Amino acid sequence: MNTGASTFTQGVDTAFIVILSISVLFLVGITTAMIWFVIKYNRKRNPKPKDVKDNTRLEVIWTVIPTLLVLVMFYFGWIGYKPMRNVPNGAIEVKATGRMWSWQFDYQNGKQSNILVVPLGKPVKLNLYSPDVLHSLYIPAFRIKEDVVPGLNNYMWFQAEREGEFDILCAEYCGVQHSYMLSKVKIVPEEEFLTWFNTTETVLDTLESVGLQVLKKNGCVACHSQDGSKIVGPTFKGLFGSQRKVTDLQGNVKTVTADELYVERSIYEPNAEVVEGYNKNLMVSYKEQISPDEIKEIVNYLKSLNEKK
Amino acid sequence: MTNTQKHTDFYDNEGKPAWKAWLTTTDHKRIGLLYFYSLTVFFLVGVLLGLMMRFELISPGKDLVEAQTYNGLFTLHGVIMIFLFVIPGIPAVFGNLTLPLLLGARDVAFPKLNLLSWYLYIGGAILALSTLLVGDGPPDTGWTFYAPYSVKTGTNVSMAVLSAFILGFSSILTGLNFLTTIHRMRCPGMTWFRMPLFAWALYATSWIQLLATPVVGITLLMIVVERWLGIGLFDPVLGGDPVLYQHLFWIYSHPAVYIMILPGMGVISEIIPTFSRRRIFGYKAIAYASLAIAFIGYFVWGHHMFTAGMSGPARIIFSVLTFLVAIPSAIKVFNWLATMYNGSIDLKPPMLYALGFIFLFLIGGLSGLVVGALATDVHLHDTYFVVGHFHYVMFGGTGFAFFAALHYWFPKIFGRMYNIKHATRAFWLLFTGFNVLYFPMLVLGIMGMPRRYYDYLPQFQIPNVISTVGSWITVAGLIYMIVVIVKGIRNGEKAAANPWNGLTLDWQTDSPPTKENFDVIPTVTERPYEYK
Repeated sequence: MNTGASTFTQGVDTAFIVILSISVLFLVGITTAMIWFVIKYNRKRNPKPKDVKDNTRLEVIWTVIPTLLVLVMFYFGWIGYKPMRNVPNGAIEVKATGRMWSWQFDYQNGKQSNILVVPLGKPVKLNLYSPDVLHSLYIPAFRIKEDVVPGLNNYMWFQAEREGEFDILCAEYCGVQHSYMLSKVKIVPEEEFLTWFNTTETVLDTLESVGLQVLKKNGCVACHSQDGSKIVGPTFKGLFGSQRKVTDLQGNVKTVTADELYVERSIYEPNAEVVEGYNKNLMVSYKEQISPDEIKEIVNYLKSLNEKK
Repeated sequence: MTNTQKHTDFYDNEGKPAWKAWLTTTDHKRIGLLYFYSLTVFFLVGVLLGLMMRFELISPGKDLVEAQTYNGLFTLHGVIMIFLFVIPGIPAVFGNLTLPLLLGARDVAFPKLNLLSWYLYIGGAILALSTLLVGDGPPDTGWTFYAPYSVKTGTNVSMAVLSAFILGFSSILTGLNFLTTIHRMRCPGMTWFRMPLFAWALYATSWIQLLATPVVGITLLMIVVERWLGIGLFDPVLGGDPVLYQHLFWIYSHPAVYIMILPGMGVISEIIPTFSRRRIFGYKAIAYASLAIAFIGYFVWGHHMFTAGMSGPARIIFSVLTFLVAIPSAIKVFNWLATMYNGSIDLKPPMLYALGFIFLFLIGGLSGLVVGALATDVHLHDTYFVVGHFHYVMFGGTGFAFFAALHYWFPKIFGRMYNIKHATRAFWLLFTGFNVLYFPMLVLGIMGMPRRYYDYLPQFQIPNVISTVGSWITVAGLIYMIVVIVKGIRNGEKAAANPWNGLTLDWQTDSPPTKENFDVIPTVTERPYEYK
């Protein structure tokens, strides 16, 4: 269970042990008493019940003792939790974007990545951002989770204590690809991190066209396939130059040609023309994220898809 | 009374055609049965959807349905089970069937309103199920309808939300009816502290139904307004606040958890003294505990939002309050246990279900403490641990209490007796299947598997396979139980008026009761359960 993977695991696991031990004790105790009573006071063995008077002292005892015990549980829960909200000074800040349905990590020097790479033993603060719906960034090995709420500046932090790769999952239901919204956090020694961090190269695969890199970086490919299959949005395959039946903001259905302007409009104002068979409001505008130059690259990539055939 | 001729029971249609006699009835027992049959149908639909979900999860990747279909499955499973079975559940069926009997009354305070509640229930239910057939597919938001996804999705959310809105009115009216009945219709001599504990539980429940349900009604309407008119209430793109939705939703939906469990506890408080032949231990403590749960239950909703971005102090306060609401439940368990001490215990099916309830509810309640604590909740929030936890409470708790009530009042309602031996075997099959089905979910949550996952990482497979096998055993147990019950209704042996030797007033009249319940309104001179 990756005990010791982050500085939080000890506090959280202690709370687990305390609460689960007390709980198991009660469960076993009460169940044993129940079975024992059923056997001992069974009607065959004990045909005549004996009257037992109410007992206020007993009621007080079994009110006070559980109250004290649950307060102990609360205490351990609180102590294990407290450090999660106190970010140390000098933590490395990373903007973590959760969108339908991918994760993206932006470092302060402009470096972007689809996996979270951080140095061992250094505090890291994640500023959580969502452009669309609720997500929740969950790293089970580190025992942390915080919802990524659109319009709210939530944050979380951690300090990894062990090298390795750990799962990042989305814990808040966010639509059809929710269970595929996965990533990794990679913990490396500081020197290795610095080398990685200072390489401005964000290209994961140098054979990929710039346009595809832009699409991947912004998570577009989570909803738009490259091979013609229908996911949530229309596929990129055969898109460019095709005739599209769309519904505009007024609800009119019309046919348009997918040219450069159409591509730009679809990225900047996704609800202005919604392709038939797809839903409105699922995509948000990427005006802030994708520049006109990048759109040109996307168009080049879309054209190249038509050439492949 | 000089009239000694045998009265006909409440099944007599008095010359009317059967459909008319049933669909226009104002008799609380008939309305209870209308609820019973309709709830059973929806419960079975919910079970079927759950069975399909579990089958899909038997291995990673696609096994049965597409992701979109799966998301519709778990949403409808939740909506149907919560709004159509567990919330109305025990009050609508067994509250209606027995509350006037327990109080020594001829009916509830507003019999016509009672029938209207059932029609609202059926209307809401039909609307909920029709989302399957009309519009752009069943809702895919989860039963919580969290914004802004519920505002953005193209599926049929508006209709599902409206159905929950209508069902809310059914619940409010039933609550109002029971409150008035309990205040005004108790028979002579039945002071508050001579009331059976099931009536106390319904009393506490009714207050929650009356006061909390309007909040969710308005909240759900706000979703419809946002979807249809584009008014930004919850979607930040339109200027709304998604966390506000969560607050409003849980301000109702957490107290609603106590709407679900309190009546179940009331049933257990009837069964344990009857089958132990002992005066219930701590009558007043149990009655007050019901009220305390209903009251404190209003102030703990924030524990559903520990990771949603609430302020630090709010998280701490909600955690403390959550632990405090556990105390009255613990008090009840201890008093039930003390009632068995020195008793003369008869392990008939109702008692078995009651003890099964205690065991499963304990696991449900104790696992609730694990998610009530902040540090552990951050890890477990929105994982399968939560799914396991609430199924132990809702199905192991309320569901088993429902089955307990069914086996307990069966001879009273149907005038016949089911086969005790087979009912006992069905219990053990169901109980075993239940634990095989849900315990692995607690483990999965601790391992870190999030809920509402169509697909999962390979390390989560073994518990998922066990859980799916458990779902088959559970369904086998349910089928066994249903066969026993149906056979009992059709051709079980004639039951005596009081086969369990109960002391409450429901057992002091015919089985099945006459239309007016009692020939003469009884007078009560002591507390219930005074076994001597």
